[in-house]
Amino acid sequence: MAKSTSGLSRKRMHEMYRTMLRIRRFEETADDMYMAGKVVGGVHVSIGQEACSAGVCAALREDDAVLTTHRGHGHSIAKGTRLPEMLAELMGKVTGLCRSKGGSMHIADVSKGHYGAHSIVGANMPMAAGIGLAYQLEGKDRVAVVFFGDGASNNGAFHEAMNLCAIWKLPVVFFCENNQYAVSVPAEYSTSVDDISVRSKGYDAPGLTVDGMDVAAVYEASREAVAHARRGLGPSLVEAKTYRFFGHSRGDPHYGMYRTKEEWEGWKAKDPLIVCEKMLKMTAKDKKAHADAVEAEIREAIEFAESSPEPEESVALEDIFA
Amino acid sequence: MPEVKMRTISYSTAINEALHEEMERDEKVFLMGEDVALSAISPATAGLGDRFGHERVRNTPISELGFTGAAVGAAMAGYRPVLDMRRIDFMMLAIDPIANQAAKLRYMLGGQVSVPLVIRAPEGGYSQNGPTHSQCLEAWFIQVPGLRVIVPSDPADVKGLLKSAIREDNPVLFVEYRSLYSLEGPVPEGDHTEPIGKAAVKKEGADITLIGIGSQARSCLEAAELLAGEGVDAEVVDPRTINPLDVEGLAASVRKTGKCVVAEEGHKSGGVGAEIAASVQEAAFGSLKAPIVRVAALDVPVPVHTKLEAIVLPSTEKIVAAAKKLLA
Ligand SMILES: Cc1ncc(C[n+]2csc(CCOP(=O)(O)OP(=O)(O)O)c2C)c(N)n1
Ligand SMILES: [Mg+2]
Repeated sequence: MAKSTSGLSRKRMHEMYRTMLRIRRFEETADDMYMAGKVVGGVHVSIGQEACSAGVCAALREDDAVLTTHRGHGHSIAKGTRLPEMLAELMGKVTGLCRSKGGSMHIADVSKGHYGAHSIVGANMPMAAGIGLAYQLEGKDRVAVVFFGDGASNNGAFHEAMNLCAIWKLPVVFFCENNQYAVSVPAEYSTSVDDISVRSKGYDAPGLTVDGMDVAAVYEASREAVAHARRGLGPSLVEAKTYRFFGHSRGDPHYGMYRTKEEWEGWKAKDPLIVCEKMLKMTAKDKKAHADAVEAEIREAIEFAESSPEPEESVALEDIFA
Repeated sequence: MPEVKMRTISYSTAINEALHEEMERDEKVFLMGEDVALSAISPATAGLGDRFGHERVRNTPISELGFTGAAVGAAMAGYRPVLDMRRIDFMMLAIDPIANQAAKLRYMLGGQVSVPLVIRAPEGGYSQNGPTHSQCLEAWFIQVPGLRVIVPSDPADVKGLLKSAIREDNPVLFVEYRSLYSLEGPVPEGDHTEPIGKAAVKKEGADITLIGIGSQARSCLEAAELLAGEGVDAEVVDPRTINPLDVEGLAASVRKTGKCVVAEEGHKSGGVGAEIAASVQEAAFGSLKAPIVRVAALDVPVPVHTKLEAIVLPSTEKIVAAAKKLLA
């Protein structure tokens, strides 16, 4: 499993730390809001997996694309999605990114290259191939990254999309967050291989497994995969070994049902924020500076979302056709 | 006839009992689906993995096309698979093995095989789960000859019809309404089955017929109660299966009342209500005193927001309003 090489600038590391903290605090806020009955619909938080979002998106340009899943807040934030409008979407406000019609599972901010969270498992991967195809046809060196889970790697959509990207040399990076479970089903049971990255071999594409709790390792692997795509060499498959600290969705306990407390505690000790703090030898002052900036941003998002209006009834009938 | 003992259980418990009893009765029955082996995931499948083991209560990867096709194969080879789709929306990835294979194989192979497969497809909204997690898609499947489609609306029917579906030698799309999972109702004790292809009068009445499919059979019963308060005696009929459709059972009620509202949770255009309205008017045109009216979801995806979802989906109030307009 690839570890980071520590050749990264402190500035870049601090930026990625900030992104991870923004994700962590946004999702904690979303969870609090959910508990307070202020969220409309379900939420799936990615707490524990922040290094994946932050590491990948740090390797992207603003004009690159991402597509994500039901567990997509982190990728959205790392790609530049606006926090106030995102929280407003969760809270069912008309100022939300999807005008309160898509909810947490369909967050999208196309103006930032974010082509959406997609709640049907696997659906995002063929669409990523299509965005890659559009970039290739236009002759632009833009790249699309598609995030998906260990569970999604067992869906035909993954394999068909990988093959398409391979035969047409499409500029797509397949980034698999192997958090070990698809709802309650362990990847160990459902998946034919130990390392999902080896599946790239079937498509003659590069594959690499990285430590998904180490943001620097994720960044380095992503930088390479993105460069490969940008050079017109086709897809890569990067697998990050990671863990969700929360249940699959609300109502699913952190451990006890299908994960043991020991397993959970083992992964908690590898919290990507703490790993990064250690790598940077962060002082209390450093941490406070990050925390203060993020809290201000979260406060602003809450104020915006809470003061935003509910949708008018007519909104239900709009946006069906272009 | 010996007296049948009744007890009150929920819709999801009734499903669970049917699965337990049929797996007990016939060792060829086995269950597959995502997360089915973990009891805590759904009350419908709780306890099955512990009772029958994980050979027969089998977790699958997120491979809907793969495991549905595999179930068709196992059914041809002599087993009776029961699939748990979690949501009908996810079953869209498996339409080929259902519509092109399971439903047609017996016919295409000149009667050489049968495909005794049950696909449990929980569905529906009223839960703020948005466009891809709220759909009611049974209408698509009445277009597929060779496939039975069952739409039970209460605990007794869901139990009795699921048991009959598992014993049926043909592929069955067995629709379950998520909004009914906690609904309680009387269910006979013992080996309770219900016939496939028979409508049921859920409440007798003389003034108007309310035909409700699935979750809307329940709404029609509530509507009938509200209408009773205004002096209207509504009859509620539940087709219970929509392939085959008991046209005579529905027409008999309409011949009596002369007026009819059909309610379903799926979208209006090309819906089950359209099929029922057409069939009933063919059978009972002479008795109709007014056009048959449909209440259904608007032809709009189901949005997340609670208020918007309520605009799109049908409701008891919308059924009452449609009935009153017909009676005015
Ligand atoms: C096609 C399809 N099947 C099933 C589901 C239900 N479902 C939602 S998330 C999920 C598990 C996904 O696991 P994984 O891909 O590992 O992502 P994770 O939740 O771990 O982030 C399942 C089965 C779905 N949304 N779409
Ligand atoms: Mg997973």
